Amino acid sequence: MVLVLVEQAGGNAIDPSLQTLTLARSFGQPVHALLVGSATDLTQHGVAVAHVAQHVALGAYAPDAWAAMLNQLAVQLNASAVLAAGTDRGNEVMARFAARTGLPLAANCTSVSPGPPLTVTRLRWGGSLLEEARLNSERPLITVAPYVVPIEPSSMPADVEPFAPELTDENLLVRVVEHVAAPGGGVSLTEAKVVVSGGRGVGSKEGFAIIEELAGLLGAAVGCSRAVTSAGWRPHTDQVGQTGTKVAPDVYIACGISGATQHMAGLKGAKRILAINSDAQAPMMQNADYTVAGDLKEIVPAISAEIRKVK
Amino acid sequence: MRVLACIKRVPITGGRIVLTDDSLAIDTRHLGFTMSPHEECGVEEAVRIIEAGGGDSVVLTLGPPEAVEQLRDAMALGIDRAIHLQTDGREWDGEATAAALTEAIKADEAASGRFDLVFFGNESADSGGFQVGARVAYALARPCVTGLKRVTIEGASVRCEQEVEGGRDVYVVPLPAVLTVKEGLNLPRYPSVPGRMRAGRKPVTATNPVRPEPRLELVRLVVPAGQGRRAESLGTGAAAAPAVVEMLRKAGVL
Ligand SMILES: Cc1cc2nc3c(=O)[nH]c(=O)nc-3n(C[C@H](O)[C@H](O)[C@H](O)COP(=O)(O)OP(=O)(O)OC[C@H]3O[C@@H](n4cnc5c(N)ncnc54)[C@H](O)[C@@H]3O)c2cc1C
Repeated sequence: MVLVLVEQAGGNAIDPSLQTLTLARSFGQPVHALLVGSATDLTQHGVAVAHVAQHVALGAYAPDAWAAMLNQLAVQLNASAVLAAGTDRGNEVMARFAARTGLPLAANCTSVSPGPPLTVTRLRWGGSLLEEARLNSERPLITVAPYVVPIEPSSMPADVEPFAPELTDENLLVRVVEHVAAPGGGVSLTEAKVVVSGGRGVGSKEGFAIIEELAGLLGAAVGCSRAVTSAGWRPHTDQVGQTGTKVAPDVYIACGISGATQHMAGLKGAKRILAINSDAQAPMMQNADYTVAGDLKEIVPAISAEIRKVK
Repeated sequence: MRVLACIKRVPITGGRIVLTDDSLAIDTRHLGFTMSPHEECGVEEAVRIIEAGGGDSVVLTLGPPEAVEQLRDAMALGIDRAIHLQTDGREWDGEATAAALTEAIKADEAASGRFDLVFFGNESADSGGFQVGARVAYALARPCVTGLKRVTIEGASVRCEQEVEGGRDVYVVPLPAVLTVKEGLNLPRYPSVPGRMRAGRKPVTATNPVRPEPRLELVRLVVPAGQGRRAESLGTGAAAAPAVVEMLRKAGVL
């Protein structure tokens, strides 16, 4: 059997965990799930047994405790592989699991062929490059890149079994002691339908006034490239890309952004890209759906004026 | 305080990734190199902590001989000295990297005292293994907090903030600790000219660890197919505005 750590939010399994359950079936073995704290309905996801871990100390997230539990259950069930979603939590829990068991870990995989030898395809460079690799391990540890594998429903009446992990003080040393809510207001970059984004071509901090004006008219979020955050023109929370935020708007308007692979890594979910750039040869102009060639300092205000006219 | 920052040299790939003929590596003949952005923030944080409280700072990398450039960059930002675990340019997997770094940390600590903090990037920019920091922490039996956007020393503890959906999760762990950080933790300074001059004179200790056989073994790299976009020109200059508005309307966002 293979064991999958299933994360939950608001009482439901999160999509990246359901994607992981789908990928786990490529092992051709029964799939067991570990749920932490409470059960959730997995009957449509091909799970033979859902193990629900319960322990007084699990009220607050503690990554070493999650890794210890996963290891205890994997040993108890003699799991032939252990998987989790390639989320922040999934990756850190599996890294700790790998550390405490001395096993290799393949992070952010998009496919698995059980072999032998077991081979995986995984993301490098935030998805700009794929790696095929052999995972030489008696118990392969794998995380699954979010939003790459589509969820395939598979009906199966999962048995629900309680699981009582043994946790030590050491497992609970690193734990969430406080949650600070984000200040509300503004359009969130991850959820915006339109993102108006500026790069080095905007020229200065003050230059972003025309970007903000257009964003305001479209109810859009403002984004930017790393060249802009490094220059201190915008906060890092606006940065789109591999080391910034990944966005998924209906329209992404890239103003004066060259289109480096690390910027494009944040745009995989964008439905349409409009590139505004004075250099027709810029990679962004090649990788966009729509282009306007020329000086953004003229083009962006002209678009705002046109929107005012038709509104 | 003693603070260590661990970094990795990575190529700046520009607009398109080109592979070598055997598809085992990125063709870097025409590329520049940098340390990953996450790690640059780790370096900056280490420098700020020492500036504020005194002590010494060290930068550590496992990489080819040329990675000394990134060690010098870190020292130009204010790090005192460097440890270079030199490789022959072949890649090391996360497990092997962590083992070599752990050994180097133990050796330095035996000679110069314990590091209160060890910084890593949350994941390397190139291979993205998401594991080296956690493995080193476990081997040193120290608490590890990952993906941090804010770090505050509070006496013998460190307060760590992680961005999560809807806000920030806070952890407080005792020193010594291992922290993995993300870009946005701080805004790294630009190295000054005197900083660069000083960096050239700061000590670099180099050793050549033996590379174990990787258990996560690269077979080949593949550049993913593009998303099949075929750019449609909406015109040139301000005159394109009506066509842009039309496109926005068709896309249903206006
Ligand atoms: C490991 C790593 C991670 C990275 N992560 C990220 C990331 O998360 N996000 C990110 O954005 N970058 C990231 N980068 C940096 C990335 O490689 C590029 O350096 C960066 O995206 C460049 O920003 P830019 O396009 O604004 O600037 P440039 O590349 O300098 O491009 C500016 C563009 O503006 C155009 N332009 C100039 N003036 C005008 C004008 N008046 N009107 C119209 N167009 C004009 C130019 O033709 C050019 O195309 C990362 C790099 C590395 C090595």
